[in-house]
Amino acid sequence: MTLVRSGDHVARREALADPVARYERMYEIRRFEERVNDLFAQGLIHGTTHLCAGQEALDVSLALELRATDIVTATYRGHGIALALGMPATDVLAEIMGKADGCTGGVGGSMHLCEPDVGLLPTFAIVGAGLPVAAGAALAFQTRGEDRVAVAVFGDGAANIGAFHEALNLAAVWKLPVVFVCDNNVYAEYSRIDLTTPLTDLHRRAGSYDIPGVPVDGMDVDATRAVLREAVSRARAGEGPTLVEAKTYRFAGHSRADQATYRPEGELERWRERDPLVLARAALVAGGAATEDDLAGLEKAVDEDLDAVAEAVAAGPDPTPAAMFRNIWAVAA
Amino acid sequence: MARIRVRQAIASALSDAMREDESVLIFGEDIAAAEGPFKTSEGLLAEFGPLRVRDTPISEMGFVGAAVGAAAVGMRPVAEIMFMEFLGVALDQLVTEAAKFRYLSNGRVGVPLVVRASVGSGLGFGTQHSQTLENWLGATPGLKVAVPSDAQTAYGLLRSAIRDPDPVVVLEPRVLYAERGECVTGDAGIVPLGVARVPREGDALTVVALGQTVRAALAAAERIDAGIEVIDLSTVTPWDRETVLASVAKTGRLVTVEEAPASGGWGAEIVATVTTAAFRSLQAPPFRITAPDVPVPYNKALEARFSPGIGEIEHQLTTYLRTGEVPDPWWLREGVAA
Repeated sequence: MTLVRSGDHVARREALADPVARYERMYEIRRFEERVNDLFAQGLIHGTTHLCAGQEALDVSLALELRATDIVTATYRGHGIALALGMPATDVLAEIMGKADGCTGGVGGSMHLCEPDVGLLPTFAIVGAGLPVAAGAALAFQTRGEDRVAVAVFGDGAANIGAFHEALNLAAVWKLPVVFVCDNNVYAEYSRIDLTTPLTDLHRRAGSYDIPGVPVDGMDVDATRAVLREAVSRARAGEGPTLVEAKTYRFAGHSRADQATYRPEGELERWRERDPLVLARAALVAGGAATEDDLAGLEKAVDEDLDAVAEAVAAGPDPTPAAMFRNIWAVAA
Repeated sequence: MARIRVRQAIASALSDAMREDESVLIFGEDIAAAEGPFKTSEGLLAEFGPLRVRDTPISEMGFVGAAVGAAAVGMRPVAEIMFMEFLGVALDQLVTEAAKFRYLSNGRVGVPLVVRASVGSGLGFGTQHSQTLENWLGATPGLKVAVPSDAQTAYGLLRSAIRDPDPVVVLEPRVLYAERGECVTGDAGIVPLGVARVPREGDALTVVALGQTVRAALAAAERIDAGIEVIDLSTVTPWDRETVLASVAKTGRLVTVEEAPASGGWGAEIVATVTTAAFRSLQAPPFRITAPDVPVPYNKALEARFSPGIGEIEHQLTTYLRTGEVPDPWWLREGVAA
């Protein structure tokens, strides 16, 4: 199956140099998540999902500022980063649907996406677990004298688990080429950040490790990109880690089961005005990079692609029972 | 062949592996400048420098996680956990991350890390520093768990662990670090994972031991000398069914000797497997000699009774051979516990 926007991983990644393509990817991520929600409602997805609507600008900015040889550790809210880094929608959706053609062959599911070709390690379903692993990848790069960078993306909830502290301390004391990117989307599972965390400006934690801590409007793709560029170049130049805090908002509930009825009245609506897609779209039109018609055409094409992807993936094969016995050890015990 | 201490055998394995393969690096608490709290990394910082031999903060979750990340991008890190209990705070990284990456990447991301930890009772470190805990890890698909019993296996199993493409935990009985034994180094000294050793042959009774119970079982067998075969299991996961089953087919009797508390121990797995697979070759019921289901006590005399010692093993095996019946453990015989 070949779809126009699937393409190879690297080409999908490189396309992001074009601002219109960045918007296109953000739009793809948003529609992809809506599609996942629909498929779930139809009973075609098993288990749970954690949707990333609201963090598209961060995911796409990150993909743009990294090289394919850099390493990313991400989380169970990882569909967007996987698509942004260049994984085709077919690979991601097939895994979410537990299909044989999914990126782990259907044994991982929504929370466990992986594509070494774009630097994505298996995404972490344990809060905070990806931070020390990113530091370790950076340790390898430093030891071998490579100019590669590792990035850990995690939510605000992860800032309260021990792995956050241990990883930042370790990375700072060893001056590792790693960037810690906190997607502060206001909610840790079902709890608002101010109920669990006294210091809600999480970038200020960086002071404890004597490293730069930089806040950024994570709804603004250009602003986010600029901050990440600086942090990534700093790491690549051997100047050590940075903690970036992208202020975003989680438009969906924590997971499939969560209708997010705990939000204060009007909060979601206020953040919707700063929807990263709305901002990016308006900026493209205002700056003359694309017309309304161009963007409407592009959106229609993405929608059609995702229709075709969903149809093809749903019809794809399920893994055979043998799949669950593979890849436990390199050589079967 | 040189007689060296177990801790020297470990340092030799690390340095030989680091000379052989530039991707090997080691880190842990106090292992570089201080050369290890148990002197298992003597000379390594001087030879290999601070990039490959690193002191870490007291951050097991952090540095075991760093080992996962380094291994995932092609290094062969060896992380040292000073006392096995300290792995408790890093268990996520080992059990839920390292052991799952190959599965969750369709075989594309292996994690060839080694975690070494000192384990066990016998040195008076008390309840929170004396457990072996191999049974925590042994039940995790994706992890391999090896336990040396002397200088040669300390050297050879560690070399195999470092070369292995998957995460391997090597649990080193702390009480053995200062013991001397013959040790062949280099390729000839490598001891494969997953293969049990048979340090004493016999045809009347199979005794399977691990770690520090190997020498106790061997000493007890010497005293009894009635055709006792002693198997050093060496690797808890995956364990060597073939060697154990072949031995029981010959002897018709099986006893396991474990330092850990009875409940959920590897000996239960072996007894169950042998009872099922070799039921018709058994001439007497198989049984387990274990520690009691208690934390490790501090008092020297009490601690000495925790792990099955030579006297207890001798008593159990002699009674079993004489009567064909399963003897009570000492705490039941002496009526000190139900």
